[in-house]
Amino acid sequence: MKLLTHNMLRSHVSGVTRGFPLIIRADEVKLNSVDFNREFVTRMIPKLEWEALVQSAESLGHGSDLPRELVSGYENDEEFLKKVHHVLLEVEVLEGALKCPESGTEFPINRGIPNMLINEEES
Amino acid sequence: MKLKELEGRLQQVDVFESPKLLLEQYPTRPHIAGFDIDEDALDIFRTNAEEFELQNVDLVQCDICALPSTILEKSVDTIIMNPPFGTKHNKGMDMTFLKSALQMARTAVYSLHKTSTRNHVQKKAADWKVKMEVVAELRYDLPASYKFHKKKSVDIEVDFIRFSFD
Ligand SMILES: C[S@@+](CC[C@H](N)C(=O)[O-])C[C@H]1O[C@@H](n2cnc3c(N)ncnc32)[C@H](O)[C@@H]1O
Repeated sequence: MKLLTHNMLRSHVSGVTRGFPLIIRADEVKLNSVDFNREFVTRMIPKLEWEALVQSAESLGHGSDLPRELVSGYENDEEFLKKVHHVLLEVEVLEGALKCPESGTEFPINRGIPNMLINEEES
Repeated sequence: MKLKELEGRLQQVDVFESPKLLLEQYPTRPHIAGFDIDEDALDIFRTNAEEFELQNVDLVQCDICALPSTILEKSVDTIIMNPPFGTKHNKGMDMTFLKSALQMARTAVYSLHKTSTRNHVQKKAADWKVKMEVVAELRYDLPASYKFHKKKSVDIEVDFIRFSFD
């Protein structure tokens, strides 16, 4: 699971109103090398939950000094775009879990795939 | 058996036509998230993705039908899916998928539905106030995969449909 994907996942445990962002518990993180695509990153940024991205990256120890708030004019800041690229696409959680911030329900991540199925017997 | 069949089917299709891929429609390379409820299906997809050296795909195991408007609401641009058409026991499964997908997509949903149900699909699309355009009419050769299938394989007519918002 890359942080870009994490950024769009929400907890859907019933009764939960604030299921975002899911807290990441990472047991194994892999750093990949992905070709930098400037246009892609630039167009993706406005669609992100920015704060959640920075927070999640920091929790993994890969915050890359991203600012807590988006600074205008970032389209022209190549260095910044490369950092965002790295955080979004190159940091991958292989093993661990996602935890619902409200209910505490855990969704395991195995071999890079988060399992968002809710185990009815447990809940 | 099930695994092998799925593998076979996946081999015939281009990766971008694989099921439940959510993809961003950019002239540049999109980021794709693939969704399935079944671990085996996801495993096979991962193997394929590794073989094709795809870096821009992520997989999520989830129940598309149990995602009411919250988990991925308007979180992706485009959805491409190949929903189950439903069997005796879960009739209208494709429409449940479609409803979820329409809540998740910002721009468009591409989906496959039996041509024989086109009127019904049209009616639902009108109810949900989405635009619907049949992009292609396909003929599907479905290999018999369940015990209750009597013939070896059946041809069914399938519409490839684009749903979009105005
Ligand atoms: C018609 S098959 C697609 C098979 C094949 N990948 C293809 O495109 O030719 C439908 C897929 O939907 C998955 N599926 C069934 N119910 C689901 C659900 N509730 N949520 C998510 N995926 C589901 C099945 O595991 C299966 O892989």
